[in-house]
Amino acid sequence: MTATATSRLSGLPDSPADLRTFLHGLPGVDKVGIEARAAALGTRSVKTTSKAQAIDLAIRMVDLTTLEGADTPGKVRALSAKALRPDPADPTCPPVAAVCVYPAMVPTAAAVLAGSGVHLASVATAFPSGQAPLDVKLADTRDAVAGGADEIDMVISRGAFLAGDYAHVFDEIVAVKEAAGPAHLKVILETGELGTYDNVRRASWLAMLAGADFIKTSTGKVPVAATLPVTLLMLEAVRDFRDRYGRQVGVKPAGGIRTTKDAIKYLVMINETCGDDWLHPDWFRLGASSLLNDLLMQRTKLTTGHYAGPDYFTLD
Amino acid sequence: MPKSSKTAPAVAERSRLAVRKTYKLYVGGKFPRSESGRTYLVDGDNVALASRKDARDAVVAARAAQPKWAGATAYNRGQVLYRVAEMIEARRAEFAALGVAPVEVDAVIDRWVWYAGWSDKVAQVAGGANPVAGPFFNISAPEPTGVVGVIAPSSLLGLVSVIAPAIVTGNTVVVVASNPQAAITLAEVLATSDVPGGVVNILTGRGAEIAPWLASHDDVNALDLSGVDDAGLATELERAAAGTLKRVLRPVSGVDYTGDPGTGPMTALLEIKTVWHPKGF
Repeated sequence: MTATATSRLSGLPDSPADLRTFLHGLPGVDKVGIEARAAALGTRSVKTTSKAQAIDLAIRMVDLTTLEGADTPGKVRALSAKALRPDPADPTCPPVAAVCVYPAMVPTAAAVLAGSGVHLASVATAFPSGQAPLDVKLADTRDAVAGGADEIDMVISRGAFLAGDYAHVFDEIVAVKEAAGPAHLKVILETGELGTYDNVRRASWLAMLAGADFIKTSTGKVPVAATLPVTLLMLEAVRDFRDRYGRQVGVKPAGGIRTTKDAIKYLVMINETCGDDWLHPDWFRLGASSLLNDLLMQRTKLTTGHYAGPDYFTLD
Repeated sequence: MPKSSKTAPAVAERSRLAVRKTYKLYVGGKFPRSESGRTYLVDGDNVALASRKDARDAVVAARAAQPKWAGATAYNRGQVLYRVAEMIEARRAEFAALGVAPVEVDAVIDRWVWYAGWSDKVAQVAGGANPVAGPFFNISAPEPTGVVGVIAPSSLLGLVSVIAPAIVTGNTVVVVASNPQAAITLAEVLATSDVPGGVVNILTGRGAEIAPWLASHDDVNALDLSGVDDAGLATELERAAAGTLKRVLRPVSGVDYTGDPGTGPMTALLEIKTVWHPKGF
């Protein structure tokens, strides 16, 4: 473990063995309990003016994402324009939080977003598998930052994590954080590949201890992506982490969030778990692509009084 | 009793609780209760009372089913419609118990068969090659309008006479039915006769409550007001539909559904696509 890492926070575990002891000393997750709690919070009914506010907040929290092999500069420019002005017919509609693209597309998106206040996130570190040597990952990160990205979404080495080599994962996050420089670092845990809730809790703490500014559920490239219980678990982790170390870390569920109803469930969960402090685009993001159109359709329904259809919104 | 005996064992008649049927909605190939949880009584039967959100869900289901249904071959759609007729044949007793006269059930079955036959013929009648003054092939082909909102007439024959012409060409429908038991029994027929889920969605409840939401819905492409008797409501719905330039069918009242329907009900829900193609190269 590096000196830079240990100096970041006081009271950190300072050897691989200590780190292991610390992570395995975290209380086990009550699987039935957390699933029941997440399901119960998902039943809240949010209507009328509260719903209008929730929709606008959710739009402001969206990381509008395109991570396809088929991404073209044209598509990225169109998506960036949409990020600035999600509903061209309604100037009161707020812009989204960020655009999230592959490193190769960063300069293209940066040209559109420059000076707008909409952040530019880039996935890096051999996204989505993370199976590449460290120097490749660091070069990937530096390129993205040099291209204009002010947020880096890195993936952890799930292979190393599952093998129990926590120090390796820790050091990698620290190195990427250093390579990212001023850019915000979001650490993707890929919870669908971690297997258990206990592992999700350990990975969350590991990422936060290593200096993550955000912890993110998934790449969106594996079948099991963001779920309510996993996000609830991560929200509890950031809350407890701030209580213990005084540093606030954000949360970003990504993958599989497609409807306004889903988005509002997440907002309810933040409010009930972490409170107001996290109900802000600086501390909570929704990684999504198709979600934005659904939010816009619901928003249009509230402003016009009749149901909106997908024909009236962009295909992205 | 020996196993070889062919006679059924005598079952002593005994008092038992009646198992009564709840008539639920038909949306996306499933039979959900109303999202609102509401029901109403029709002739002593519990019937789901659809809300605007059920209409919204039904439109989503209809939209999802539309491209695949329109993409099926005309031959295939004809087979599916014919299958509906076969399945009604087996449910005559059920419709009779609901008070539908046997002669009307005959007419209903014949209507399905009649429209089944049209599936691969309507394109020739409504489209074709156009003579143009230039070196072009000019071809017009009818295509389905999309999702059709239907306020259905109350008779079973009327209901079938508005559903079949809409779906035979590849449209999908959201129907507000005013004769719930017969309509949901028809839904049970559709659910068991190869009609893909979402192609026909049937809501039971108050037309005046649900229709305005269908009329103003951005994702509904056409509106059939055959079952709207109140002229004031019909005008209101036409006005709401104009907001999204929907096609609106508003037949003159007192349509006799026993007569020959002609091709009008089908062609009213078609859009003509004309293609110019250069020739002579």
